[in-house]
Amino acid sequence: MNLPSPTAMHDQTIARLGAGLAAGEFSSEELTRVFLARIEQFNPGLNAFITVTAESALAQARAADERRRRGEAGPLTGVPIAHKDIFCTDGVRTSCGSRMLDRFIAPYNATVVENLAAAGVVMLGKTNMDEFAMGSSNETSFYGPVRNPWDLDAVPGGSSGGSAAAVAARLTPGATGTDTGGSIRQPAALCGITGIKPTYGRVSRWGMIAYASSLDQGGPMARTAEDCALLLGAMAGFDRRDSTCVDRPVPDYVALLDRPLHGLKIGLPREYFGEGLDGEVARVVEAAITEYRKLGAEMVEISLPNSQLAIPAYYVIAPAECSSNLARFDGVRYGHRCENPKDLLDLYTRSRAEGFGAEVTRRILVGTFVLSAGYYDAYYLKAQQIRRLISDDFRRAFDQVDVIAGPTSPTVAFNLGEKVDDPITMYLSDIYTIAVNLAGLPGLSLPVGFVGQRPVGLQLIGNYFAEDQLLNVAHRYQQVTDWHQRSPVAFA
Amino acid sequence: MSLGPAEVAKIAHLARLAIREQDAPAYARNLSAILDLVAQMNAVDTTGVAPMAHPLDMAQRPRADEVTEANQREHFQAIAPRVEAGLYLVPKVIE
Repeated sequence: MNLPSPTAMHDQTIARLGAGLAAGEFSSEELTRVFLARIEQFNPGLNAFITVTAESALAQARAADERRRRGEAGPLTGVPIAHKDIFCTDGVRTSCGSRMLDRFIAPYNATVVENLAAAGVVMLGKTNMDEFAMGSSNETSFYGPVRNPWDLDAVPGGSSGGSAAAVAARLTPGATGTDTGGSIRQPAALCGITGIKPTYGRVSRWGMIAYASSLDQGGPMARTAEDCALLLGAMAGFDRRDSTCVDRPVPDYVALLDRPLHGLKIGLPREYFGEGLDGEVARVVEAAITEYRKLGAEMVEISLPNSQLAIPAYYVIAPAECSSNLARFDGVRYGHRCENPKDLLDLYTRSRAEGFGAEVTRRILVGTFVLSAGYYDAYYLKAQQIRRLISDDFRRAFDQVDVIAGPTSPTVAFNLGEKVDDPITMYLSDIYTIAVNLAGLPGLSLPVGFVGQRPVGLQLIGNYFAEDQLLNVAHRYQQVTDWHQRSPVAFA
Repeated sequence: MSLGPAEVAKIAHLARLAIREQDAPAYARNLSAILDLVAQMNAVDTTGVAPMAHPLDMAQRPRADEVTEANQREHFQAIAPRVEAGLYLVPKVIE
């Protein structure tokens, strides 16, 4: 394991790059050129980007430099980042990893994109992802799999696999992601970076292509909790265009990072340390827990008794919502349209069959089935009741503890091709992350070590709107450890 | 719950998805396996448990019935597969 060279621009955190820009050590244009050159050099081997927007990135960088000259710069002004290709970007292809949207040029910006642009960030491009965010390995993308920078034979996780791999390989200092069942946290864990899924409603979903609307939430992915705090502060906030966005002030996450952890009660759910957890991952996670004890936190064993029901309930609710959301792709208004349809039904069925890959098709079929006449109560209603039980488990746990900790994923990154033909095995890789989405709680993953050369993530789960606390708890750990500073040798 | 290729064809029709006949058995196997996984929910009695549709049990926020968006028909139709004279083109529905 090589420690990064202290001087290389690409190896700096967003916080450090922001300080460098503010001090005039380099311009945003220079910085943007560094990352564009790295993308050109390394992306062919990683496939982390679907679209690179070099020209507009340089224009945005020059605008950021100009803004700084006018004295109007903030902490993110001129910092390059990448957007997951699920966020609509005005005038730029927004594919969602699907053939369906291969030629879709978004006619407007997502609120997250607007908010970050208003803070002055520079967009380097759009990152690869599982098709319509359905997957845990990035292998369902129409644009091919992304490779894990730590081991090119391994998956980066998914669905925000391109964002995670791009940050880990230092092709961008930060990126946006989305998380419906673990799609920020699991790839963050598998690629050795930090990522936070905020409370449902904290970040606007407007312009973020919908998968399962009662679960989807956008969030930042970066090297450190501090960088995630900077990005989340700019991304979050009320948006009248998202009817489930919460009207609540956004705290100054950066100012709240340093609070000491003395007396913090960390709950360890026994269900997250049992059967199914890889023994070596468990040892790394336990070492991280020991570190938290040294920081003054107190460990409390807790139980989340309905944990094993999270995946079954999720694979009713998410497909049901996906079958409804993806009904909009009809070959008429935008997206893929088949050649020479013989009638309207043929236009619909063939455009959709040609546009969607196998995993998306499976989930639409499952969702259509569970919502069909005669099955609704047995599946969808039942799943919503289970969802309540899972949410109640967390409510009871947060009566006893401040945050909950455990592994993000039961294993380190698996090999490309290993699970792609077996949907059920793939689904089980999200066993510790899915319940958090069902309850709508915030969750964060931070790097805490390795098994061999593949990274391990620790998941922290907080109470509703406790993003500040999760970032604080992660940040304190990163002040006394250096896992987040490790970089894959091949991308030094 | 086990589904066969014929049931998959019926669901595919409801979902407006053209599935090739040779792919139906594989989808039937996948769907049956997923429904078996989902059936683990039945191990728990949920009688009297209120279904949860929204993580924060929040009601939809109403808004005033006012025009807030400008008409952008041409902008939005620029990305449509087939348009003519401001209309989306589809195969003939009525003879």
